[in-house]
Amino acid sequence: MADPMRIRAQAAGDKATIRVLMSHEMESGQRKDGNGKTIPAWHIQDVTATLNGKTVMTAEWGPAVSKNPFLQFTIKGAKAGDKVGITWKDNKGDTRSDEATIT
Amino acid sequence: MQTRRETLKHSAAVASLLAASGLFPHYAQAFEKAAFDAKTINEAIKAMGGAAPIESKEVTITGPDIAENGAVVPFGASTSLPNVKRVLLLVEKNPSALVAMFNVSPEVEVNFATRAKMGQSSDVYAVAITNDGKAFFAKKEVKVTLGGCGG
Amino acid sequence: MKKIALAVGLCSLSVIAFAQKSSTDSIAEYRQMLQDGNPADLFEAKGEGLWTQKRGPKNASLEKCDLGKGPGVFKGVWVELPRYFPDTGRVQDLESRLLTCMQELQGFDAQEIAKTPFGRGEQSNVTALATWIAAESKGMKLNLPQDHIEERKMYEVGKRLFFMRGGSHDFACATCHAQDDKRIRLQDLPNITKNPGAGNGFGAWPAYRVSNGQMWGAQLRLNDCYRQQRFPYPIFGSDATIALGVYMGVNGKGGATVAPAIKR
Repeated sequence: MADPMRIRAQAAGDKATIRVLMSHEMESGQRKDGNGKTIPAWHIQDVTATLNGKTVMTAEWGPAVSKNPFLQFTIKGAKAGDKVGITWKDNKGDTRSDEATIT
Repeated sequence: MQTRRETLKHSAAVASLLAASGLFPHYAQAFEKAAFDAKTINEAIKAMGGAAPIESKEVTITGPDIAENGAVVPFGASTSLPNVKRVLLLVEKNPSALVAMFNVSPEVEVNFATRAKMGQSSDVYAVAITNDGKAFFAKKEVKVTLGGCGG
Repeated sequence: MKKIALAVGLCSLSVIAFAQKSSTDSIAEYRQMLQDGNPADLFEAKGEGLWTQKRGPKNASLEKCDLGKGPGVFKGVWVELPRYFPDTGRVQDLESRLLTCMQELQGFDAQEIAKTPFGRGEQSNVTALATWIAAESKGMKLNLPQDHIEERKMYEVGKRLFFMRGGSHDFACATCHAQDDKRIRLQDLPNITKNPGAGNGFGAWPAYRVSNGQMWGAQLRLNDCYRQQRFPYPIFGSDATIALGVYMGVNGKGGATVAPAIKR
C-alpha cells in the first residue's frame, strides 16, 4: 500500500481550502536507466476529492506532474468538522485514499 | 488539527469505508490517454473536448518567472468565466503538452494549483473549457534554469 | 542591485534581465512559492510513525531514546545537536545518535546501517526520523551546548576541518562558505563562519531537494559537499562530520532555523 498523503483542510467563511501532498514517484517515462533503457512511466492518473462522502472534484494527471505531487483547491459550502477524502489511482492500478477533517 | 498519526490511522478505515459504501470513485470516463499523449497544445485541448482556444483576460495563470529547477514548478489555473466544465494546465515545449486536467463541479471554485515538470523554458497555458465546447486560455512565459551545484 | 557574475560552466544557464525584477528576486519568488506544501511533510509523517513503532530484533520502539534532553524527549532537541552524550562518551549529531538508539533499544546493527547507501533500507528510516525530529524544533533558534570539554574540542576540530584545503582541486569548505555575498551560478552560498549564514546554512538541513525529489539529512549534505570538493566520502556519522556540525551549529548560535527546508 502506498505511503499516506498529507491533507490540510482549512475553513474560511463558507469555503475550505484543501492542500494535499501525495507520496508518488511520478516517473515521467522520459528518463533512461544506466543501461540506456527507458524507465517506464509510472504516475498518478486519477484524483478524486469528496466532501462528507460526496464527490466534489475529479482530475486526470499525466506524467508531467511533479514527483510527490502537491494539489490545492477550494471547496464551496464546506465548514469545520466536515470530512474531506482524497483518492488517487496510478497507471499501474495502485491506489491510496486518505481523509482529513476540516478545521 | 488532525495529527499525522491520526491521518495514518484513518486511511485504512477510509479505504474500506469508501469501498463498502459504494462511494468508491468509479471514474465517469476512462483516463483520457489520447489527450495526455498529444504533442501540441491545440491537439490536447481538442482531445479534451475544446475548440481552438481564444486568449481571455478572464482566465488566469500564476507561476514563477524563473524556475530554479524544472522538476518542480508551481502553477495556479483559475477563471471567472461561467459554465466552465474543465480546466487544463499545459506546457508548450514538454514532450506532451498536457500536464493536468481538472473537472469542475458546482462544489468547487474554479481555481486549482499543482506543480509541473518543465523540460525547458517554455510558455505555460491555463485553459478553461466551457460546457458548449469553447476554450479560453491565458499563458505565461517561464524560464527554467539549472541552478548551481550547491544548496 | 547585486551583480551576477556569469560563469561559463558545465551546466547551461539562461538568465533574463527583467526591467522590474532581478533574476535573484525571481528565484527568491520561486523558492517562496514552494514553501507551502513541502514534500518534507511526507517524510516527517513517516518519521513520527517510526518513533513509536515497535521494530527491530528487540521489537521495541524508540520512545526511550535520549537525544540530549532526556529519554523520550524530542521537542527542541535538534537545535542542541551535536552535543556530548555520557553514555557513549562521544559528541554525537542527530543521525549518529539515532543509530545509537536504534542499536541499543531496537537491536539494529548500527555499523550495518552506517554502511547502507543513503535512501535505502534503514538509512531511509533514519532520514525520516531525522526530518521529524528537526520539525519538532521548527522555528527554534540554534543553541548547541559548549559546556563539556569534548564539545569545545569538537568545535576546534571542526574549525580546522572547515578550513583544511585538500583533494585534487585544493578545495576546503571555506573555499565556498567563508565569505559573504558569494554565489555559484544562481545559488547563494551562505557564509557559515557566522550568522546569518551559519544559522540559515546549518539550520536548513534536513531538506527536501526538488531537483531529485530526495530528502537529505545533514550527513548526506556533508557527504555531497565532500564529493563536490573531490574528497573521499566521509564515513556516515564519523567524528569529522560531527565536528563540522559542531563548528557550524555553534557559529549559528541564536540563529533561526528553517528545517525541514525545501531546496533546489
